[in-house]
Amino acid sequence: MSASLEKGINALKEQVDSTVAAFFSSCVHCGMCSDACLFYTETGSPASTPINKAEPLRRIWKSEYTLLGRVGKMFGLTAKVDDELLTNWETLVYDNCTLCGRCSMVCPMGLDIALLIRKTREGMAAAGHAPEGLIGATKRAVTIGSPMGVKLPALMAQIGHVEKDTGLKIPLDVVGAEYMLLLSSMEIMNFPEFIEATAKIFDKAGVSWTISTEAFEATNSGIQIGVADIAAELVQRIVDAAEKLQVKTVISPECGHAYMAIRWEGPNLIGKPFNFKVRHILEVLDEFRKDGRLKITGKETQRLTYHDPCQVSRRGGVIEQPRNLINMFAENFVEMPDGGKMNWCCGAGGGVSSNERADEVRLKVFQRKKDQLDEIKPDAIISACSNCRIHLEDGLEEYNMDIPLMSLTETLAEHLAD
Amino acid sequence: MNEIEFLSWVRGQGFQIAVIIFIAGVIIRFAEILLLGRKANIAEAKGSEMSGGMRTIVSRSFPDKNTFQRSTFTVVAGYIFHIGLFVTIFLFAPHILMFKDVIGFGWPSLPTPIVDAMAVVTIIALLAVLTHRMRDTVLKFITTKEDYLVWMLTILPLITGYMAFHRIGMTAPTLLAIHILSVELLLVVFPFTKLMHAFTFALSRWYNGAISGYRGVQS
Repeated sequence: MSASLEKGINALKEQVDSTVAAFFSSCVHCGMCSDACLFYTETGSPASTPINKAEPLRRIWKSEYTLLGRVGKMFGLTAKVDDELLTNWETLVYDNCTLCGRCSMVCPMGLDIALLIRKTREGMAAAGHAPEGLIGATKRAVTIGSPMGVKLPALMAQIGHVEKDTGLKIPLDVVGAEYMLLLSSMEIMNFPEFIEATAKIFDKAGVSWTISTEAFEATNSGIQIGVADIAAELVQRIVDAAEKLQVKTVISPECGHAYMAIRWEGPNLIGKPFNFKVRHILEVLDEFRKDGRLKITGKETQRLTYHDPCQVSRRGGVIEQPRNLINMFAENFVEMPDGGKMNWCCGAGGGVSSNERADEVRLKVFQRKKDQLDEIKPDAIISACSNCRIHLEDGLEEYNMDIPLMSLTETLAEHLAD
Repeated sequence: MNEIEFLSWVRGQGFQIAVIIFIAGVIIRFAEILLLGRKANIAEAKGSEMSGGMRTIVSRSFPDKNTFQRSTFTVVAGYIFHIGLFVTIFLFAPHILMFKDVIGFGWPSLPTPIVDAMAVVTIIALLAVLTHRMRDTVLKFITTKEDYLVWMLTILPLITGYMAFHRIGMTAPTLLAIHILSVELLLVVFPFTKLMHAFTFALSRWYNGAISGYRGVQS
């Protein structure tokens, strides 16, 4: 047994708690989770059945934490976790699952299958069975501070452009600001319009905000690859900056897993509650709306739909806010079939987009999104996750569909009244 | 051992052994699960774990429209054989007498012809479920030997019960003894297989609903 396999098995053992045991004890092999998963519905591959992806974790639970499994282990009857199994499961766990959690909403026995797969990744990564792309992104996140290798000078350059274009000052490292905005590397490099839009909205809303030059990266490769220690380290950087600047609220940007990482996993990863609040940018904007701080002018007459990012909606609980905000400027809003908490994943979340090996399958499963869009034929799609946005643009191009993508925050900023 | 001795053994000692294994097994399984414990969530809550959990225990019995459309057979056949099992086990007059004997109280029964018809419907539904399991690509892939064993042990009491009631093929005491023995087999295996879902589904659904409810999502 290699040292890394041992680490993987230990990591899997650490993941087993009463929820894991209750879940595996209840599975009846009905197969309904496959119908909820776009990696099965669009590929027809039975191996992509969600519960099958958690097999390594199930084996550990069975052989270590059940009476029958332990007895079976003594006689060599209980299935083992070995390197061969983990090698075979690597593409299922990382390339063919976005941790979107749709299976967890459908399982008649109530298994949170996405959680089981998320936990399985902890063992896979510890055993050395994570994809190259994610390993690279995670290394860059730890050493450089960004999975895409974006350093402070790059951010400063973009801030310089934004300040020149808007005439607004982007507040950096302001102690005592009410809000501290985090950004994803994707926004810094591909969508600096997001920074511009946020600056305009916050200026109009008259609230104090800041960006920390020490912790501006919102994404967390640690939770995607499944290494809790690294995930905790990345969360701690944000906590340190927020405490140093004594901000009241940390804002997660338009990024799904970043919100999951800092809002829901964050305090649990570092083992202590935050002394500040964490909100998704859409929650903050909806608060502004409620407080009458958002004055909107002009309406979008085109047929608009909203793509719910999985980690923001289904896994994150930010569902009504985007709809409240869209209603401020949209005259012709149409829900996607299954919109809201049952929306289908774009196909590239949960680290799939950082994993080049998965390029083919992520574009194949985009067919599900295409079918959803074909039913409602929107003129434009609004979303609130840069990763969804990049992949949706990719998918639309692949399937020769000419539908523009819009960021909710950016669209809102375009409609700000003077 | 003649057939009367056989019957009295399965009704007496055999039954006691089966019930003891069943009860002890279920207790052990619950202990295995609950003693693992779980860490309290320390992220700021957006909703209640308790109400989310309780809600999902009920709501997960009713699939959403898209899920129903995609998994129609599994949902419909599943409903039929579960209701059928409930009716044949708990609403058949002789069974209620047996329960009254063991636990001290009974409840109203359904007319025997209805229970009889339900038994046939349930057997047909279980056969359909088995066929589906053996033909469907996904089910073929995820099915284990345990799934077939559990299926067999579930349908056996239905078939032997039906035969005993209609006195098919053998003498009444032998048929009854075989029926009781098949139930005892089911009881013994129950705690150590997926049959445990009959109890743990509530726990599992509760956790699912609690995890989601904490984040303000109804799952």
